Amino acid sequence: MGWTQKILRVNLTKGTCESEPLNMQWANDYLGSRGLATKYFVEETDPKVDPLSPDNKMIFATGPLTGTASPTSGRWTVVCKGALTGAIACSNSGGFFGAEMKNAGWDMIIFEGKSAKPVYLTIENDQAELHDAGDLWGKSVWECESELLKRHGEEGRVASIGQAGESGCLYAAVVNDMDRAAGRSGVGTVMGSKNLKAVFSRGTVGVKVKDPMGFMKATGAAKKILAENAVTGEGLPTYGTQVLMNVINELGALPSHNAADVQFDGAAQIGGEAMHAKRETDGKANLVSNAACFGCPISCQRRSQMDPNHFTVKDREKYHIVSGGLEYEAAWALGAATGVSDLETLTFCNFICNEYGMDPITLGSTVAAAMELYKVGAITDKETGGVSLTFDSPQDLATICEMTGKGEGFGKEIAMGSKRLCEKYGRPELSMTVKGQEFPAYDPRGIQGMGLTYATSNRGACHLRSYTVASEVLGIPEKTDPHVTEGKAGLVKAFQDATALVDASGTCIFTTFALSMEDIAPQINAACEGDWSTERCMEVGERIWNMERVYNNAAGFTGADDTLPQRLLKDAAKTGPAEGLVNKLDEMLPEYYSLRGWSADGVPTSETLGRLGL
Amino acid sequence: MNIKLKLYASLMRYLPDDVADRHTAVLNVPEGMTPAKLIEDRKLPKESCFLVLLNGVYLTPAERETRQIQEGDAVAIWPPIAGG
Repeated sequence: MGWTQKILRVNLTKGTCESEPLNMQWANDYLGSRGLATKYFVEETDPKVDPLSPDNKMIFATGPLTGTASPTSGRWTVVCKGALTGAIACSNSGGFFGAEMKNAGWDMIIFEGKSAKPVYLTIENDQAELHDAGDLWGKSVWECESELLKRHGEEGRVASIGQAGESGCLYAAVVNDMDRAAGRSGVGTVMGSKNLKAVFSRGTVGVKVKDPMGFMKATGAAKKILAENAVTGEGLPTYGTQVLMNVINELGALPSHNAADVQFDGAAQIGGEAMHAKRETDGKANLVSNAACFGCPISCQRRSQMDPNHFTVKDREKYHIVSGGLEYEAAWALGAATGVSDLETLTFCNFICNEYGMDPITLGSTVAAAMELYKVGAITDKETGGVSLTFDSPQDLATICEMTGKGEGFGKEIAMGSKRLCEKYGRPELSMTVKGQEFPAYDPRGIQGMGLTYATSNRGACHLRSYTVASEVLGIPEKTDPHVTEGKAGLVKAFQDATALVDASGTCIFTTFALSMEDIAPQINAACEGDWSTERCMEVGERIWNMERVYNNAAGFTGADDTLPQRLLKDAAKTGPAEGLVNKLDEMLPEYYSLRGWSADGVPTSETLGRLGL
Repeated sequence: MNIKLKLYASLMRYLPDDVADRHTAVLNVPEGMTPAKLIEDRKLPKESCFLVLLNGVYLTPAERETRQIQEGDAVAIWPPIAGG
C-alpha cells in the first residue's frame, strides 16, 4: 500500500515494455522515489558507466505518498548517472506528471538501452506503448507537450526534453507540465542520449493506502499545520521563493558577478517584490498569480507574463503567454551571477530554459563564468564568433541563453557547463562548481553551513541536499549563526538525512518549513505496510545518503572532491556582514566525516555500512 | 540621528511616502533607539516582524529589545518568508 507494487521496465534497444513486481524488501529499506530508484539503479548499473552510454539506466520514480491526499504529493524524481557530473543524479520535480504516473499504477519506470530512432512512451493505466517520435524530434518542450496532449488526450500529463536534451547540452532538464522541471545534473541529457523524447501518462487507477482513516487523520493534521504556519500558509504563497533575493543580499551571501562579490546592487530590481510591482512600460506587473503543484496547499509557484514590447519578445507572440515565472534560484543565476538586473530579460531567459529544457542554475552560472573569461581576455570575439559576453548586459545574456538552447555557435560551448568551459580556456578556477555542478544562490562565505552542504552533496553542488539556510538565516527549526562553523557538521548531516527521507516519500521539501519528521512519519506509517516510526524514517534517510556516497566512490570520486571553488576558500567577502570571511570548510569536514561514520578520507567504514544494512 | 529602515514583502506598506528607494526610508530617530521600539513607533505589526537584521546581522527577539541602533545603521525587516 502506498506503493502500487508495480514497475514498468522499458527496454529502448529492444522496444519492449514489461511489468514486474516491486522488490518489497528494497521498498521497506529505501521507501521510494529518490531512495528506492537509486537502490535499483546502483544494483543494476556499473558505477564506471559512461553517463551517455546505453548502459546508463534512467528511472522515473514516485514515492509512496506521490499522488495521494498527502499535502504536496506531486513530487517525482529522475535518477541516473548525471551527464554533467558523472555522479549519482536525482532530480526532483513537481507539477502533475508524477501523480498521474502513480495513478496509472506505476511506482517507477526503468528505461534501459537506447532506441535506434526517436521514440516516446505512452502510459494509460496498465497499457504502455512506445511510439515513433520522428516528427517530434527537434521540437521544444512546449511544442512537444502540446502535440502529445492533442494526440493522446488533454487529461494526460507529459514529461519531455527540448532541443537542449537532444543536442547534448550537458545540463538539459526533463520538463513536465510545461514549466516544472527535473532540472539538475543533466538528467535530460541522458534521456536525449537514449533517443527518448517524451512520456505521456494518464492514470485513473488511484493509489491505495494501508489505513485510510489513519491516513486522512495524519494528512489532515499536516495540512492544518501548513495552513496555520506563517511561512507555508502566507509567506510562500504570496511572495514565493523569490522573496529571498533581498534577504540573502542583505546578509552579504548573494554571489554576484561569478561569485567575485557577495552582494548585488540590482537585487531589489529582480526579487519577489519587484515581480509584484507595476512596470513603467505597460502598467502591468510581471507576476500574474501564484499556482500549486498536485495536492499542494502552499502554492509557491510564480506565474508571469512579460511586457510584450520588451526587446527580447517584441513581435514573438509565443513568449506573450502566462507561464512559469522566476523562482529564486533561476533569478539569481540568470541575474545576480551575471550582473543583469532587468527582470524582464531574466523572465525571458527562464522561459527559454523551460522551452528548450535546460537547468537555469547551471546555465546562468556558466554564462557568468564565460563573462568573466571574456572580461579577463581568456576568450574574445574570435572564440565567441562575435558574440559579446559582458557582465551586466541584458542583451548579451538573452542572446547567449537562446543560442545555448538552440545549440548554435558559442552556445554549444556554454552547453558544456562551466567546468569544461573554464578548463578548455585555461582558467579552471573560474568555474563555480563542486563535482562538476554549479553551486546555487547562497555564498558559503556568508553562510558557512552551505559550504559544507555544497562540498558533500552527492549530486554536485546543490542547496536541496541540506538546506541549512533554514536554520542559519530563517531560524527554522532553530537559529544558528551563519558566520560560525561550530555545530554545522551535525546540522548538515541532520538536514541531509531528513531531506533524503522527504524526497523518498514523494512529498515536497518545502513542507519542512512547518512540518517535522513527527508530522511526516505518521503519514508514511498510515500509507505503507510496516511500522514507520520517526527513528526508522531517519535511518532510511541516512541509508539513502550512504548508498549514494558508496556509488560515487565506486564511480571514482574521493574525499578530495569534497571541496569548494578556491574563490570561496581564498578570496574573502568584500562587503556586507561577512566582509573578510572565507568559507572555513576545513573546520567542518573532518567532524562531518566522523559524524557520518566515514574514514578520514571520506569512505564509509564497514561498521557504518553494516549498521545501515548496506 | 539618521538611520535606515528597510521593509520588505507585505511590510512595505508601512514605509512612509518619502522613501529613498522601493524598500528604504531614512528616518531621524532619538539616541538609544532599539529595533523593538522602532517597530512599535512605526506601528509595524510585531507578530509580522519575522526576520529582523541590523546591518545584515540577525537579531533574536531578545536582542531586538536591547540592541541600540547607532547613527547610519540599517534595520531590515521581513514578515514570515522562506525559499529554496
